[in-house]
Amino acid sequence: MSYLDYSLATAPAGWRKVLHVHWPLVFLIGAVSSVGFLMLYSVAGGDLGTWAEPQMKRFAVGLVVMFVIGFTPIKVWKGLSVVGYVGTVLLLVAVELFGSMGMGAQRWLELGPIRLQPSELMKITLVMMLAAYYDWLDPRKVSRPLWVLIPVLLILIPAALVLKQPNLGTTLLLLAGGGAVMLVAGVSLWYFGAVIGTGVGLVSAVFESRGTSWQLIKDYQFRRIDTFLDPAADPLGAGYNIMQAKIALGSGGWSGKGFMQGTQSQLNFLPEKHTDFIFNTLAEEFGFVGGISLLALYVLIIGFCFLSAFGNRDRYGALVTYGIATAFFLLIAVNMGMVMGMLPVVGVPLPLVSNGGTAMIILLMGFGLVQSAHIHRPR
Amino acid sequence: MRRAQHLVVEASRRMTRRGFLLGSLQGAFIGALAYRMRQLQIEQAGEFQLLADENRIKIRLIPPARGLIQDRKGVLLAGNEQNYRITIIREDTEDVPGTLADLSRLLALSDEDIAKLIAEIEKRSPTLPITIADRLTWEEFSRVAVNAPALPGVSTEVGLSRVYPHRGDFAHVLGYVGPVSDYDLSKMENPDPILQIPKFQIGKLGIEAKLEDVLRGSAGVKRVEVNVRGREMREIDRREGDQGANVVLTLDARLQNFLIARLGAESAAAVAIDLEDGGILAIGSTPTFDPNLFVRGISSADYALLTENDHRPLADKTVQGAYPPGSTFKMVTALAALEAGVIGPGEKVYCPGFTQLGDRKFHCWRRGGHGHVDLEQSLEQSCDVYYYEIAQRVGIDKIAEMARRLGIGVKHDLPMSAVSEGVAPDRAWKQARYGKDWIIGDTLNSAIGQGYVLASPLQLAVMAGRLATGKALSPRLIKALDDVPLTKPEAPPLGISDAHLAAVRGGMHAVLNGNRGTASASRTVDASVVMAGKTGTSQVRNISAAERAAGVTRNEDLPWERRDHALFVCYAPFDAPRVAVSVVVEHGGGGSAVAAPLARDILLYALFDGLPPLEVYPSAQREKVRQLLDTMPLADPSTFTTGGISRA
Repeated sequence: MSYLDYSLATAPAGWRKVLHVHWPLVFLIGAVSSVGFLMLYSVAGGDLGTWAEPQMKRFAVGLVVMFVIGFTPIKVWKGLSVVGYVGTVLLLVAVELFGSMGMGAQRWLELGPIRLQPSELMKITLVMMLAAYYDWLDPRKVSRPLWVLIPVLLILIPAALVLKQPNLGTTLLLLAGGGAVMLVAGVSLWYFGAVIGTGVGLVSAVFESRGTSWQLIKDYQFRRIDTFLDPAADPLGAGYNIMQAKIALGSGGWSGKGFMQGTQSQLNFLPEKHTDFIFNTLAEEFGFVGGISLLALYVLIIGFCFLSAFGNRDRYGALVTYGIATAFFLLIAVNMGMVMGMLPVVGVPLPLVSNGGTAMIILLMGFGLVQSAHIHRPR
Repeated sequence: MRRAQHLVVEASRRMTRRGFLLGSLQGAFIGALAYRMRQLQIEQAGEFQLLADENRIKIRLIPPARGLIQDRKGVLLAGNEQNYRITIIREDTEDVPGTLADLSRLLALSDEDIAKLIAEIEKRSPTLPITIADRLTWEEFSRVAVNAPALPGVSTEVGLSRVYPHRGDFAHVLGYVGPVSDYDLSKMENPDPILQIPKFQIGKLGIEAKLEDVLRGSAGVKRVEVNVRGREMREIDRREGDQGANVVLTLDARLQNFLIARLGAESAAAVAIDLEDGGILAIGSTPTFDPNLFVRGISSADYALLTENDHRPLADKTVQGAYPPGSTFKMVTALAALEAGVIGPGEKVYCPGFTQLGDRKFHCWRRGGHGHVDLEQSLEQSCDVYYYEIAQRVGIDKIAEMARRLGIGVKHDLPMSAVSEGVAPDRAWKQARYGKDWIIGDTLNSAIGQGYVLASPLQLAVMAGRLATGKALSPRLIKALDDVPLTKPEAPPLGISDAHLAAVRGGMHAVLNGNRGTASASRTVDASVVMAGKTGTSQVRNISAAERAAGVTRNEDLPWERRDHALFVCYAPFDAPRVAVSVVVEHGGGGSAVAAPLARDILLYALFDGLPPLEVYPSAQREKVRQLLDTMPLADPSTFTTGGISRA
């Protein structure tokens, strides 16, 4: 239901779409991004030009992209889902090929001034593809093995390509994001039970494989897991980052040390303070109050997306909204879990806040889809 | 159609249910995140705040200013000067050669210097400050300081560094400081934490080393905030340490300067003692060296010059050097014999020019002999045979005991490095040292200060002082510590009969003032500064019978290192002694010709507290002495200003 509760027989058209934009969502996104600008200004030692200004410019570009996508009818996006998915998978293959052609372990393609990271785009196009699939599929068939196998393959193909880059963090996000769309689409919970069971088995297999000839993941990934399990064991080596991150966060206390007064971040004890660990700067300078407020903003964004999906009778639009919201949630969960020492360090930025080019644009593209689904939902 | 509609509605409801399920899962995880945030930021906040402070706050020691060393009149002998340095931290510099090139436009850095610096910087830890240049002038320093923002990694520092304004004059007695080394630390049981400060200067030698604990002071502490690279960002607070205590010495800077200049190019040592309290007025060894070179880090070329010099500038001949005292030892033998009652002061001994001992002949320096000589004549003319005779009568053990009573063969407690004990040999000593029995020939050699007898110039000066005063005065160097004067020790009487002392003093008086005195050329003609003394010429080689038969080779014809040592001990004024002086000139030749004039001039300078009037010299010598004193390379009087010494 729109907050402007005048019912229309059909979806709005032309300039009237502006009235039906989910404005609270837009303002929340703006608010969270502004927190990001503030923190980027702080970690640069009070300098706008280092990180904050480029981030603002990217946000502005992203905002335009979001509205363009949002005002475009959702049907158009539904129609482009398959093309988008196949195209992104091909880009992943291209990155892989160029990588093997001796350009190093590149995760992006240079397209003029834009540095495109196909693995980031994949998060969106995978959600679109799965939503289109379940929109097309007879709801009665969703739990039949063959019809479950197809989306599983749709998820595994890009996941495998991203894993090979190697980018463990994004791989897990694709798996979890795709799984969430399948869950919402109504696939029997038994499948999920089976996957979780297999996953547990697989994890134990990974640990079993350590040091053998069939070792399943890289040594540095093992070390990250070790570090996660016991950061204090190696406080000057691999565990240093997470230890310093926890010190920054914990020392913020209830109300923080004050804007630009965080000793851990201002004196550079905190690593990656403008990207993965930016939340720790916020928590150090604004304390528990600041941290919980940002978390609340995130909850509101996810909550509004879910509410929009609940009220959307268009199956594609709703599924895309759930998918995007879940992808957004996963970024928050993995990043915050990581910086608070609950999850291993996998290199996932904090959405809308961390300094980063592609991530910001991709996220706003995702929210563009959410807006499109919201504006053009059936009445 | 209705069925299909029903299906759609059912699918939509299921999707909403599943949406709730997904939302709940997400909500639960966000709840867990919030709980974790609470746990870290509220429950464990104190613990993490402590860890954060441990990270950022470093305790740095502030090196204390080292205590000053002054002479008895307050002239600064060792001080501290501001040392302006420029350092670079590699980690903070992106382009080391570029930065150095920029610097070379502000400072005089040659391409060679830059190449050396780059090699040094590459070799060392990237986080450590490396000194690019130190001892800069204020102008150079401020030029760099002003441009520092354009020179990444370059910083300017001010520290204190030791300086010795009188350079070589006090090199041996004061010693010098240098950066503490791993070896120094390994020798200490509980090293003071300030020694961990890189390049912290500690005393390496001499008074600087012996009084290290007093001079060093205690470190202050400051708390600074550092960044992850350990670079100081700001100072939080500080507690100043205690500066080292000032040390006032008994030395007289001007007399010391005169002494060093007067010894000149000789390899020599001289000591002047104040007979009132045993305070050492001057103690110098030549050739000397500039201790400032060691503070700054001596170049290997300069160091080689010092070590390869056969006059051994680095050796402190005044206390480390032990020489056969030669005839200056005769007062010891005489007093031993007098006290033992084996000879009276007026009793004569016949000197035929030698003493026959079994098949060995012990010669007097005068081949023709001295005839019948009493004690006074024996000292005046330095007759050897007299002493061969009385030594045989009294025995070596009593001679050694008398030597120790007069300060030879005992270690004097002075804050100087490697103070020699000398040797006052006796039967037990030879048995312990060589495992051999003492033979009578040893006694004869010892009687005239040859053989095993060894004494340092300090011990000879102490001996002269004890003979002059009749008291067992002990040499001392420290007049006051931290502005508190040290109590002057009361010297106990020697316990030698006044008559015997007077007899020996009479002989010493005759050495200078008698008609046949060996040092009569060095006498004074002023009644207020009548001197008493004794010459000594100690052989550093054995004279074989064949050589003696052919006529003893004159010293001047021998290579330097085989010539005799020239010695002289003296004191004045004769009837109220104030100052005793000893002089040893290594391989100088004869004591009367070489050592006595030096000792006289030093003694007179001490008595007159400056250059003596020419009238005290015999009229025939005045012109020569005037020329000598006029051309001496004395330091500019302005370097001896006493007022206004600030603690740098």
